[in-house]
Amino acid sequence: MAEGKVLSFQDLILTLHAYWGKQGCVILQPLDMEVGAGTFHPATTLRALGPNAWNAAYVQPSRRPTDGRYGENPNRLQHYYQYQVIMKPSPANLQELYLGSLVEIGIDPLVHDIRFVEDDWESPTLGAWGLGWEVWCDGMEVTQFTYFQQMGGYDCKPVAGELTYGLERLAMYIQGVDSVYDLKFNDAGVTYGDVFLENERQMSKWNFEVADTEKLFRWFRDCRAEYDQCIENGVPLAAFEQAIKASHTFNLLQARGVISVQERASYMGQVRDMAKGSCEKWMEVNGWAA
Amino acid sequence: MTDFLLELRCEEIPARMQLKASEDLARLFTEELAKAGLKPASIDSFVTPRRLALIARGLLLETAAVSEEFKGPRTSAPAQALEGFLRKTGLTQDQLEDRDGVWFAVVNKPGRATADVLAQAVPAVVRAFPWPKSMRWGAASQTTESLRWVRPLKGIVAILGEDLVDIEIEGLHSGYATLGHRFHHAGEITIGGAHDYAEKLRACHVIVSHQERQAIIAARADEAATAHGYSVIEDKGLIAENAGLTEWPVPLLGDFDPAFLEVPPEVIQLTLRINQKYFVLRDAAGKLAPAFICTANIEAKDGGAAIIAGNRKVLAARLSDARFFWEQDRKTKLADHAQKLERITFHEKLGTVADKVERVAKLARWLVEEGIVKGADADLAEQAARLAKADLVTEMVGEFPELQGVMGGYYARAEGLPDAVADAIRDHYKPVGQGDDVPTAPVTVAVSLADKLDTLRSFFGIDEKPTGSRDPFALRRAALGVIQIITANDLRFAVAEGDLLDFFADRLKVQQKEAGVRHDLIDAVLALGGEDDLVRLLARVKALQSFVATDDGANLLAGYKRAANILKKEAPDLSATPAFARVTNKELSYEPEKAEADLIAALDAAEPRAAQAVAAEEFEGAMAALATLRAPIDAFFDAVTVNDADPAKRTTRLALLARVRDAVHNVADFSKITG
Repeated sequence: MAEGKVLSFQDLILTLHAYWGKQGCVILQPLDMEVGAGTFHPATTLRALGPNAWNAAYVQPSRRPTDGRYGENPNRLQHYYQYQVIMKPSPANLQELYLGSLVEIGIDPLVHDIRFVEDDWESPTLGAWGLGWEVWCDGMEVTQFTYFQQMGGYDCKPVAGELTYGLERLAMYIQGVDSVYDLKFNDAGVTYGDVFLENERQMSKWNFEVADTEKLFRWFRDCRAEYDQCIENGVPLAAFEQAIKASHTFNLLQARGVISVQERASYMGQVRDMAKGSCEKWMEVNGWAA
Repeated sequence: MTDFLLELRCEEIPARMQLKASEDLARLFTEELAKAGLKPASIDSFVTPRRLALIARGLLLETAAVSEEFKGPRTSAPAQALEGFLRKTGLTQDQLEDRDGVWFAVVNKPGRATADVLAQAVPAVVRAFPWPKSMRWGAASQTTESLRWVRPLKGIVAILGEDLVDIEIEGLHSGYATLGHRFHHAGEITIGGAHDYAEKLRACHVIVSHQERQAIIAARADEAATAHGYSVIEDKGLIAENAGLTEWPVPLLGDFDPAFLEVPPEVIQLTLRINQKYFVLRDAAGKLAPAFICTANIEAKDGGAAIIAGNRKVLAARLSDARFFWEQDRKTKLADHAQKLERITFHEKLGTVADKVERVAKLARWLVEEGIVKGADADLAEQAARLAKADLVTEMVGEFPELQGVMGGYYARAEGLPDAVADAIRDHYKPVGQGDDVPTAPVTVAVSLADKLDTLRSFFGIDEKPTGSRDPFALRRAALGVIQIITANDLRFAVAEGDLLDFFADRLKVQQKEAGVRHDLIDAVLALGGEDDLVRLLARVKALQSFVATDDGANLLAGYKRAANILKKEAPDLSATPAFARVTNKELSYEPEKAEADLIAALDAAEPRAAQAVAAEEFEGAMAALATLRAPIDAFFDAVTVNDADPAKRTTRLALLARVRDAVHNVADFSKITG
C-alpha cells in the first residue's frame, strides 16, 4: 500500500475516531476490564437491547489468553485491539459508511478488491446471533459486519449494525509489514514491538505458567456469588461486569489447562447464564418487554 | 403481449444461496401469476450478489374475463340465508335468478389489468420468500413483524413493457432506478424495461447472468493458467461460488513460494480452495503448481498488481501456518498423539475416543485371526487401528477436519511405519458414501471394517438408532460402508444379529437397488430367516434374479403362485407340516393320474438336488433343480383337478401343492416376489 501517506497504528485509530465521530457516533474509551472481544463492552451488549437509538465507536483491547505465543508468532497475540462501531437502528447506508471508512484509512476500492463474504455471527455465551459478512480486502478478512438479531436471548428491536475491525491486521496490511511487532505505532520511530513485545512475553508466561489456579477458581466462584447479589439488588450493569470477569477468569483457567472437557461445558454454561441473566435484568429495570 | 422486468436489489446475498433463490423467485412468481390466470411464455432468471431479477416474457396486458355461477338457498328459505348469500356474492336480490325455486347468482369477473396483478403478486412473493436464513434491519425492525429478507432489501425495479408497476413493500417503492457495480459505477442507472436491463447493467460493470459470470471465470482462469504453462484443477462448485461473490469477475493469477510444496498437496489445496476460494493449478507434469488464481470483483486501476500482492501475502501467512502445523505435528509420534484421545469424549455413554480405539484394535485383530479378513498381518492390523484416530489431536486436523485420516497417513509414513499401516490409517474412513473407493488392502479392510462395526454395535447397544431423517451418528453411512467392504472383498461372517441385522438388511436393499438388484428378491431370501452372511445372501439373490428372468423361472413363479393361491383359498389352515407335505407315489390310496405321478417323481428328484446345492452355496444349481419342476407343475395344473369330489384325492392333491410350495421355499420365499 503506497497511495498517499501510510497511517501509523495510532493514526489509524485517530482516523477511524474522526470518521465515525462525524457519522454521529459517541467516541467512547475502552471498557476498563479484561474482555475477549469488543462485543462484551456494555456499550454493545446491553445497548443492543431496548428501543433507544445508540451510535458509538471505541477501541477495545481484547484478551485471549490461549492465543498468546510469548511474542514469537508474528500474527498471534494474547492482547490485541478491536475497533468497534455500533449503530442502532442500523442505518440504511451502513455498508456505504463502512466503505467510506476504508477509503479514509487509505484503501482505494478501485485498486483493492473489497468483498462481502457470508459469515453469520453467533455468541452462545451472550445468547446472541446476527447475520452479516466478513469483509475481505484482497483475500484478507479485515472486518466483521453483523446485523444483530438477538442479544441475551431477546430479539433486537430495533436491529443494530455492528462493525469490528481487527486493527493490527488492518495496520499490517496498510503498512505492508509481515510481523505485528514491526508496525509503526507512531511516526516518531516507535514500533508496536517497542510497546507490546515484552508485554506479550510476560503475559503469555503468566497466562500459561504462573497464574495461581487456586485463586482463579476462587475468583470465578466469587464472581458468581457477587453476580447473584447484583441481580437481587437490581443492578444489572454491575451484574454484567461480574459476568465479564467470570468469563475472563474462565479463559485464564483454560490457558492453564486445568479445566477438563466435562467441566468446560459447565463453566461455559455458568458464564452464559450470568450474561443472559444480566440482559434479562437490564430489560426488566428499563421496563422493556421481550 | 409484453414483457415484465423485476429486480429485487439488496445487500450481498450469500453465494451459496443465489442459484436456489433464483429458481425460487421464478417458481413463486409463476405461481402467483397463475392464481390470477396469467401465464408468461417464458421466464429468464438473473442473480448477482446484490440483485435477484427476472424477466417474464409474453404476458397478456389483461387477464381473461371469467363468469362464475353460485348456487344459493331455496327461494323459500329464511331471509337470513338469502342475506348471507347476497353478502357472499356481493349482489342484490334483483340480480339473482330464480331457477325452480332455488336462487342462483352469476358473477361476472371482468379481466384485470396485468399491472394490477403484478402489483399484488410481487409483495406476496417477497413476503413468502423461502430464504434458508433471513433477518430484520433498520428502523422498521422496532417490531419483529417487520419484513424479513436475506440481507437488507434496498430497491425494487418493476417495469411492464415500458410502464412502471407501482409496488410498495414496507415503505420501499418500485422505480426505474437501480445501481451498477459497487465501485465501478457511482449513482443510479435508469432502466427502460426488460429489453435494456442486462445491457444497461453490463455497461455499468454488472453481468446479471450467473451462468455468464461462471463461463467468464472458467474461461479466463484457464487462459491465465495456460499462459503460465499450468492448468486449472476443475472445480465447478468453486466457479459457482466465485460467480456468487462477484458482479464483474476478474480472475488473476499469483504465485507462492515453491518451498511450501513440501507440505502435503491436500493441505495446500484446502488452504487455497476453502479458506481463500482460489483455484488450484497443476504444472505440465501433473503436480501441484506453486500458483493460484483468485477472482477479483473489479477491473483494478493497476491491472490487479495490488490485489495479487495482497492475496499472495494472505496466502503466504496461511501456508506458513500450515507448514508450522506440518512440522510441529511430526515432532510427536502418532502413538504419543494417540494418548491424548483419552481426553476426547466419543459419546457420553460410550466413553472416550481412546476407549473406542481399544475396541477397534481388538476387533481388527480378531477379524484377521479368525480368517475373516484374509492376507493381513494381525499385528499390523492392530497397530494401524491403534494409530488410526491419533491425527484427530494434531494441529493440522484441528485446522482442517476434512483431512482426518489423510494426515495420519502422512505422519505414519514420515515416522517410518510400514506402508500397510500408513495406508490403513489414511483410508480407514473409506468408503464415505456410494461412489467412494472401497478399501481392498487387507490391513485397511480390517481397520475400516472394525471401526464401522464398532460404531454400529456401540450405538445400537445404547439404543441410539437412526429414526426417520435423524441419523446424528451417521450410522446409515457406516452400515453402507460395511456392506460395500464386505461385498467388495467377499468377506464371509455373521455380520450382526437382531435389530442391527435388520438394519443391515434395510441398508442392503437401498444399496443394491442402485446396483439394479430387486429388493423384492432380497426380501424373498431374507424371509427364509437366519441369514447373516451378506455375501451368501447376495449370491442367492443374484441367482434368483437371473432365474426369474428366464422362461422357466417366470413360469415356475406363476405355477408357485397358483399353488399358493389354491392353498390359501382351499386350505387356509393347512400348515406345511412335513408329514402332511411329503406325499409320495407309494403312499397314495388311489391310482394317480400321470401328471400327478410325474410331479411327485419330479419333486422326489428336485428336492435333494436343491437342498444339496443350497448347502454347497451353488445357488444356480439350486435354481436349476427348481427349474425341473416347471414342466411337471404346468402339466399338473392342465390335467389334474385339485378339487376332486373324492375327499381323499382332494386332500392329497392339496398336500402335493404344499410340497411344491415348500420345495420352492427351500431356495427362496417366492411369495415375496412381485410380478
